[in-house]
Amino acid sequence: MPVRPTAALTTLLTAALAATALTACGNGSGSSPNTLKVSYKQSTDNSIKVMDTYLAGIKKQFEKKYPGKKVEFVPIKAPDSEYYTKLQQMLRSPRTAPDLVYEDTFLINSDITSGYLKPLDPYLAKWPDWQRFIGTAKNSAKGADGKTYGVPDGTDTRGLWFDRRVFAKAGLPADWQPRTWDDVLAAARTIKKRVPGVTPLNVYTGKPAGERATMQGFEMLLYGTGDGTSDPLYDSGGKKWIAGSQGFEDSLKFVETVYKEKLGPDVSDALDPNFATTVNGELLPQGKLGIDLDGSWLPQAWLPGSGHEWKDWSKRLGLAYMPTQHGQAPGKVSMSGGWTWAVPAKAAHPDLAFDFVRTLQTKDNARAWYVADSGISVREDVAEDPAYATAQPGIKFFTDLVASTHYRPAYPAYPKVSTAVQEAMEGVTTGDQSAEKAASGYDATLKDVTDGQVIRK
Amino acid sequence: MRPHRRISRALPVAPALVLLLLFLAGPIAYCVYIAFTDLQLTGQAHSSFVGFANFRRALRDDAFLNAVWLTLVFTVLSSLVGQNTLGLALAALMKRASKPVRTLTGGVVITAWVLPEVVAGFLLYAFFRREGTLNAILHWLHLPRQNWLFTLPILAVSFANVWRGTAFSMLVYSAALDEIPSEITEAAEVDGAGGWRRLWHITLPMIRRSIGTNLMLNTLQTLSVFGLIWVMTRGGPGDKSQTLPLFMYEQAFQNSMIGYGTAVALLLLLVGSLFSVVYLRLLRTEV
Repeated sequence: MPVRPTAALTTLLTAALAATALTACGNGSGSSPNTLKVSYKQSTDNSIKVMDTYLAGIKKQFEKKYPGKKVEFVPIKAPDSEYYTKLQQMLRSPRTAPDLVYEDTFLINSDITSGYLKPLDPYLAKWPDWQRFIGTAKNSAKGADGKTYGVPDGTDTRGLWFDRRVFAKAGLPADWQPRTWDDVLAAARTIKKRVPGVTPLNVYTGKPAGERATMQGFEMLLYGTGDGTSDPLYDSGGKKWIAGSQGFEDSLKFVETVYKEKLGPDVSDALDPNFATTVNGELLPQGKLGIDLDGSWLPQAWLPGSGHEWKDWSKRLGLAYMPTQHGQAPGKVSMSGGWTWAVPAKAAHPDLAFDFVRTLQTKDNARAWYVADSGISVREDVAEDPAYATAQPGIKFFTDLVASTHYRPAYPAYPKVSTAVQEAMEGVTTGDQSAEKAASGYDATLKDVTDGQVIRK
Repeated sequence: MRPHRRISRALPVAPALVLLLLFLAGPIAYCVYIAFTDLQLTGQAHSSFVGFANFRRALRDDAFLNAVWLTLVFTVLSSLVGQNTLGLALAALMKRASKPVRTLTGGVVITAWVLPEVVAGFLLYAFFRREGTLNAILHWLHLPRQNWLFTLPILAVSFANVWRGTAFSMLVYSAALDEIPSEITEAAEVDGAGGWRRLWHITLPMIRRSIGTNLMLNTLQTLSVFGLIWVMTRGGPGDKSQTLPLFMYEQAFQNSMIGYGTAVALLLLLVGSLFSVVYLRLLRTEV
C-alpha cells in the first residue's frame, strides 16, 4: 500500500492548516487599554462613503481631544438583515464585542432583552446635550426596564409624495393636502379617471416588500386610526399585542380598496421584491406615479452619481402629510425609525466609548452628519439651525413631522408580527382574502408568534 | 501488522482527523444540539433545551409543509426532469455535432454554469419579469404576455435552475458516452437496432452508474439552491416559491429563531438523504 508520500503530504498540509487556524484565533484578543473599537454598518455600495468619511473626521477630533487614545474601526459591510446577524454574533462574546456599536431601533429592544447592551443612564445624567434630544427619539432606545441603551443619531419620517404634473393634468390642486383617508382615495380616483397610463397611488404591500410594506404601508394607516395617542399595535401597559382592533381591519380595507379599484400598481408589480427600486428610479422620475406613500430618504436616490440623478425633483414633486383616518387629532401621521449608538454589555472600555459618543454628538458634528446623510434631526437645537433646515428641499417638512411621529413597538416579537402584517396585506392585495378574513388570520398568527401575549380590543 | 506499527502509520493522519472532527463534525454536532433548543439570535436572555418541540412545530406548521412540497416540485422539475434529461440529450447531440457547433453549445451551457448564483438569478429575473425578454418574445409571436414570476413562480425558478445547472449533467454524460466502446454500438447497428432501441438497450444500461451519480449530485445541489430563488422571487408571491432553504432562512435570520431554523435544516438533510438512499439502490443493482 503506497501510504507514505500521501501521509507525509497530509501531515504537512494539516500542520500548515492548523497553524493558520490558530493564528486566526489569536487575532481578536489582546486589545490595548487605550484602543477604542467602534463597529458600524458600511454601505455595500463601494461608491457610498458617507459614514466612513464622517467617522474618519470624528476619529481625528477624538484622538486630539484624548491624547494617547486610539480609535480602531471594525466596519461590517452587509445589507441590513445580515448586519443584524453579524452584530448579534459579535455581541455574544467579550472576545469579539467592540466598545461601541451602531444599532437599528428596529432591533435594539431584542438586543436589550438578550443582555447584549449596557444601560447608559449614568452617563446620560451627566451629559447636558441629552436634554436637547426630543422625547419620542429618547424613547426609541429605551428597554422594557425603563433604562436607555442608545443615543439616536437621527431618524426618518414618512408622508405623501405627489407628482405636480400629474395633479395639474387631473385638475387637482398644486398645494394638495388631504384631510382624511377618503380625500386620498378621492384624489387617486380622479387621477385614474383623468390621467390614463399613470399609477394613481402607491402603497407598499405584501411579504416581498418586507418591513417596507409594514412601516411605509400598513402602519402609516394603522397609527392614524383611533385617538391618535395610544399605540394600536401594542399595549405597553399590559405588555401585550393587540388583536381584533377595528383600526386594523379598516387599514386592511384601505389597502383592499387601493388594489381592488386598481388605484395602486398592478398587483404583480406591487409584489415584485424589487418594486421600490422601480418607484424611486423609474416611476417617480418619469412622471408615471401620481401619489407615493413613502419615506423622507427618497432624494438620496436622486443625488448626483446615484445612477438616477434628478436635480429638479423638488420642482416636480410636492409633499403632503399622511392624514388620520377621519381627520381626527392630531390630523397627521408619521412613523419613524433610525439608528442609535450603543455600548455592548461586554465592551472592554465603556467609558471611553461614551466619550466617543459625546464627540459624535457635539452640535456641529451632529449637524454635519444630518446634512451628509440626508437624515432627519432628533435634536431640537440642530432642527432649528438654518444651515440644517435649508440643506435640502423637503427637510423642513419631514423634520416638522418628528413632533407627531410614532416609533414601532420594536420588542423581540416585532419582526414576526411584522411578517404577519405583510401576509394579511398580501391576502387583500391579491384579492384572495377579504379584510375581515385577513384580519382574523392575523389574530391567529399573532397569538402564535407572541406565545399568546395578546389582548383583544 | 504489529500494533506499534499500526499506530505509527496512523500518526500522520491524526492531525487531519483532529481538524476534521474540530471543523466538520464539531459544527454539525453543535447544529444537532441547537435544533433541540429554543435558541434565538436575539430577544432572549437564556436558551433552554426543548426536546423535539421544534420538530413537532415544523410538522404542524402549514408553511413548513408547503415548503417541503415546493422543494419536491422544484427538485423533480428542475433536477430529475430538467437538468438530467436535457443534459443527456445535449451530450448525445453534441457527440454527433460538428466541432464548431460543439464548441459553441458547450461554451454557452458552461457559461451559465460558471456564473455566480446571484448573477444568474438577476439575469433570469430580467428574462421573466413583466417588461422582460420572455414577454418581448411572446409579444413578437403575438402570444399573450404575463408576469411569469407572479403567475407561475415555481415553474420560473425551476426553469432558471435548469438553465443554470444543465452543464454539469452534460459534462458527466459526455464523459460517460465517450466510455461506451464504439464496437458495441456498431454491432447493434449492424443487427438492425434503431436509434431508440440502441438508446434503451445499450446506451442507458451502460451509463447507468453515471446516471445514478449525476442524479444524486444534482438533487443534493438543487435541494440547497437559495440565492437563485431569493433573487428572483424572495420565495413569493406569498410563499408560492418558498422552498425549504428559504423557509429556513426566514425562520432563523428574519424571525431570529435559530433553534427552529436549525431543526428545519436537519429535516432538509433528511429529505436529501432519502433521495440519496434511492439513488444508491439504483447504483447497486448492476446489469
